[in-house]
Amino acid sequence: MGRTAAPPGAAEEAGIGGRVIRRNLDIDTGLDRLAMMERIRAFEAAAERAAVDEGLVLGAIHLSTGQEAVATGIIAHLDRADYMTSTHRGHGHTIAKGADPVAMMKELLGREGGCCGGKGGSMHIADFGVGMLGANGVVSANITIAAGAAHGVKLLGGDQITVCFFGDGAANRGPFLEGINWAGVFDLPILFVCEDNRYSASTRTADMTAGDSLADRARAMGLTAAEIDGNDVNAVAEAAAGAIGRIRATGRPEFLHAVTYRQGGHTYFDPAAYRPPGEAARMAETTDPIRRQRELLADAGVAAAQMDAIRAEARAEMEAALDAARAAPWPPAASAFADVQDIGSPQREPF
Amino acid sequence: MAVMSYAEAAKQAIAEAMRADPRVWCVGEDLGRGGVFKQYVGLVEEFGPARVSDAPISEAAIMGAAFGAALVGTRPIVEMRFADFALCATDELVNQIAKARYMFGGQSRAPMVIRKPMGMWRSSAAQHSQSLEAWYAHIPGLVVVCPSTPQDNYAMMKAAIACDDPVVYLEHKNIWALEGEVDPDAPGAFGQARIRRQGGDVTIVSWSDCANRAAAAAAMLAEDGIDAEVIDLISLWPWDKAAVLGSVARTGRLLVAHEAVAVGGFGAEVVATVAERAAHRLKVPPRRIGSPRGLIAYAPNLEDQMRVTAEAIAAAARQMMEPAPA
Repeated sequence: MGRTAAPPGAAEEAGIGGRVIRRNLDIDTGLDRLAMMERIRAFEAAAERAAVDEGLVLGAIHLSTGQEAVATGIIAHLDRADYMTSTHRGHGHTIAKGADPVAMMKELLGREGGCCGGKGGSMHIADFGVGMLGANGVVSANITIAAGAAHGVKLLGGDQITVCFFGDGAANRGPFLEGINWAGVFDLPILFVCEDNRYSASTRTADMTAGDSLADRARAMGLTAAEIDGNDVNAVAEAAAGAIGRIRATGRPEFLHAVTYRQGGHTYFDPAAYRPPGEAARMAETTDPIRRQRELLADAGVAAAQMDAIRAEARAEMEAALDAARAAPWPPAASAFADVQDIGSPQREPF
Repeated sequence: MAVMSYAEAAKQAIAEAMRADPRVWCVGEDLGRGGVFKQYVGLVEEFGPARVSDAPISEAAIMGAAFGAALVGTRPIVEMRFADFALCATDELVNQIAKARYMFGGQSRAPMVIRKPMGMWRSSAAQHSQSLEAWYAHIPGLVVVCPSTPQDNYAMMKAAIACDDPVVYLEHKNIWALEGEVDPDAPGAFGQARIRRQGGDVTIVSWSDCANRAAAAAAMLAEDGIDAEVIDLISLWPWDKAAVLGSVARTGRLLVAHEAVAVGGFGAEVVATVAERAAHRLKVPPRRIGSPRGLIAYAPNLEDQMRVTAEAIAAAARQMMEPAPA
């Protein structure tokens, strides 16, 4: 155990200076969470710079800036062997699961040594070595796949759990119902995490979603479900600890609805002018998860310089990842035909 | 050698594979009661409900979940009930399963057999009768199999289960009860056609139940003194180009027959391939015979208008044997 921010036995939460702080926070843990969020943000910033300033990222990338607390808080409770599926906005989840940012950045740039050999790019980031079974370019599609991963684990008698991240927009596609029903019917060890950034591409999700509660949709299928502040990394982590602990113990699926905020556009080239004037600035001011964690730790006595050093280290790491990616060659041309299929492979039979 | 039905042959192949490999399992609607065509009868009693799994009527979840289970090391056999219903799971098959290995740079495999009972059967009308094999042949990443006999349904099912690629396995509903000898020691091979009948006058290429009709047509043609060679492709991707090109080189006549709509059908691919590579061998223009680009009706007399019969195949072949008008 490291230092604690407040004496044990105090109320778990107390309003101080208009902010809710979480007492009994282990400062080392709090710093670890800050560091992970800083790494995710720094990766996204480096990727955006590579896209905007240098034109090195060729396709669309969907940044998770502002949403780092969800990936960080949930995945903190996963083991490397546990499985995870992600979305088109999946860089943060992938970093948090333990993937190598150098291989990820190479993938974004379409280079040799990218985690998918330059064949997938941002939207198909995957690292099976750390249980990351793939981002997905089709909204909601990963929900049935994740349920199936959990189903496979159960059939094989494994002890891994699966976490499925999807966005608020995914709740309006069929695989949301089909996948959650499947997990309920077959009693599968899976945590569904709706990372609600409030926008479905350029549409306010609330405008296109019937009913008041996505968690209620999961409850209607018998899952334990909770709504949490997705911009509070410690609240996310606490909810995840409870849910994941129960899933490991019971093998039953659960659902978390984590409300966060997408600070940028749908893609890096979307100025998101459709948002109400001032919304983005106000949300960055009041809900930004990194800012909130820094304030919490500052209140607990952590020096700003220490937190600045964490930020600088994250930026340096991701800058180095970008440098490595920039220097990497294109994948060999012949690899275009590899890994399609064994039988009737285009390497032997392209036509 | 044993005589068994087309349905029993596949079931026996599945049972043997499940006994040999605990990672193999089946999932689909009604499997606990043997499946809608009873092609799984008895399997749940032997292997239990986890490995012969019922499923909700959720084609997208059946396909997607089986895929997820494949990614973590199982080898699912996915039952889609009717090929028509598999369209509810098109994203899962085409965007996910077919592409995952490539998109993820070779990190994963999807060793799946996706069973899609196809074809016209007993006044089933437009949503339960389609032959869409050409769609799947068009999708890189997929292997496509259309067996026509108990022997091939046994051998190809075994090969499909052993294959690390996703195999779209299209059985024809009209021949579940078709009986034939099965040699369990004769292996199935993708991309290797079966020469159903040797002949020197005209090459008839077909697959699925239509290959049986092509064989019947060849028997009719033999009575007229026309010696047809019948090639059953068995698999459409890969397909046995060498067998077709070799046969056409001898006969100089190519007729492709399939139950699917002729327009954009796989017959067009066969004809185009022969035209590109062996046009100089052709004595007469190649032909394809398939369903009109119409819809399959419920009433038998309307349904029959879309049917490719042995008589129609034989008639087309006879026309190709007629001397060219002066």
